[in-house]
Amino acid sequence: MSAAQGIGIGERQTLEDPQHDRGSTAPSQPGRRRLTPYLLLLPGMAWLTIFFIVPLVTLLSTSTQTRPDGAEIGVYTQTWRFANYTDTLDEYLTVFGRSFFYALIATVLALAISYPLAYAIAFKSGRWRNLLLVLVVAPFFVSFLLRTIAWKQILADQAWVADALRTVHLLGPDGRIINTAPAVVIGITYNFLPFMILPIYASLERVDPRLMEAAGDLYASALTTLRKVTIPLSLPGVVAGTLLTFIPAAGDYINSALLGNRDTTMVGNVIDSRFLRVVDYPTAAVLSVSLMLSILLLVAIYIRRSGTEELV
Amino acid sequence: MKARRWLGRNAIRIYAVVAFAYLFVPVAYTLAFSFNDSGKSNISWKGFTLDKWKNPCGAPDVCPALANSLKIGVLATLVATVLGTMIAFALARHRFRGRTATNLTIFLPMATPEVVLGASLLALFLNLGVNLGFGTIVIAHVMFCISFVVVTVKARIAGLDPRLEQAAMDLYADEWQTFRRITLPLVAPGIAAGALLAFSLSFDDFIITNFNSGAENTFPKFVWVSSLRGIPAQANVIASAMFFIALLSVLFGQAVTSRKKQKG
Repeated sequence: MSAAQGIGIGERQTLEDPQHDRGSTAPSQPGRRRLTPYLLLLPGMAWLTIFFIVPLVTLLSTSTQTRPDGAEIGVYTQTWRFANYTDTLDEYLTVFGRSFFYALIATVLALAISYPLAYAIAFKSGRWRNLLLVLVVAPFFVSFLLRTIAWKQILADQAWVADALRTVHLLGPDGRIINTAPAVVIGITYNFLPFMILPIYASLERVDPRLMEAAGDLYASALTTLRKVTIPLSLPGVVAGTLLTFIPAAGDYINSALLGNRDTTMVGNVIDSRFLRVVDYPTAAVLSVSLMLSILLLVAIYIRRSGTEELV
Repeated sequence: MKARRWLGRNAIRIYAVVAFAYLFVPVAYTLAFSFNDSGKSNISWKGFTLDKWKNPCGAPDVCPALANSLKIGVLATLVATVLGTMIAFALARHRFRGRTATNLTIFLPMATPEVVLGASLLALFLNLGVNLGFGTIVIAHVMFCISFVVVTVKARIAGLDPRLEQAAMDLYADEWQTFRRITLPLVAPGIAAGALLAFSLSFDDFIITNFNSGAENTFPKFVWVSSLRGIPAQANVIASAMFFIALLSVLFGQAVTSRKKQKG
């Protein structure tokens, strides 16, 4: 969770460098000093290179492979068939659109739930603040899958939520919530909430309350203060929170698998089944590469437009 | 009139209470259904019983899967914490070429959807003909935990007062002594936070594990597989117990820190 805060806070690139300054006073071993950062980096970066970067390259290479005629299931050779991309995306364009659409709605909902809550914790909670922060994270100590299965029970046809909605005629007599698109969106919204709440809280906490008082002294109404002072100052947290919610949401397939139906299939579901059940590696690879690239592109545009480039 | 003013002043608090209720409804369900007197399927309420709590290993495969998850979690956390802390120190305390590339390599795994991480690693293992199992799960978990440790520890190092270390040096502590007696103890809470984060990410991971586990079982995988034919209430017992252990240890940690602050 504090990772979320870390990203929200951003990195001070112009960090003072006491070790470096001191380096000049210890000229006896300049060679060792210059090597130290590389030695520190070596094992971790090697791990990430072998098990993150190389796999991405493997994935790229898999995405243009084809199955030779008469070969066994699961055997593919490199033929540089870039038409794999157009074929696959043609077939799964709606699934792609749906994933991003669900992720977008879930992110907006999560923001609407999280901002007032983070605001209340930052400014209205007094000495209960730390306890409330623990309570924000606490639900996520319960296994992610079991929480989603709990939603399956909550939204079930015979459960009280559906009953209540039927009584007030928001839901038809045969209407249901479970196994529908709204159920999937509810599940996604819930699952990534702390990733939204914590960064927003971290940046709200650093807003000087005197700035808000000053706005009030200058005859700004509570709403104007919020709009002109508080929200702009907390924007880095909002940007970090929306990214940390949107990215996992767009790739999620658990909620769709447990709470949705055949028409709520997301990209994640297709990648999962192509890879693990159909053994159609090229298609799964094409979808993975496209998902990752489109997310990175969206993130880059979003960060550029919201003017918080120091985020990365 | 009075009531409306009260409502206006407390609207945000009421909102917070509702939001917390929303956060805790699924937890309440998980807890409640750990007391369900259910047979194989644990979807509808059949009556209250303590049997499942008395015998948490009563359902087949639950406890071996849990033990596996704990083993994997501890191992992955250890490796990821050591590697991540080293990277964090390099980034926070040293100037070197390739800084941007390093930052990008740390950031990218966090910005990549889990499906893609899982699928790409599986593509590598398949190409190399590696046997999937315990080892590949640990490798995968270390991979996605490192970045989170780096970010957490780096934030802590950046927040340190550099004068404390300068003071130690002024008092004739050599570099190693300064690191050992001043820097490390001050950074320790950040390292602990990073390790806890890594453990909870590893323990709860399903998507990446499912791609790279082969026949090896973990607790989330057990829940997933049994969700198709009904999850035994024992899974809820274990999840609820983990919830309380985590909650109590966090609250205890907070109590200790605030007591220290009061004394200091």
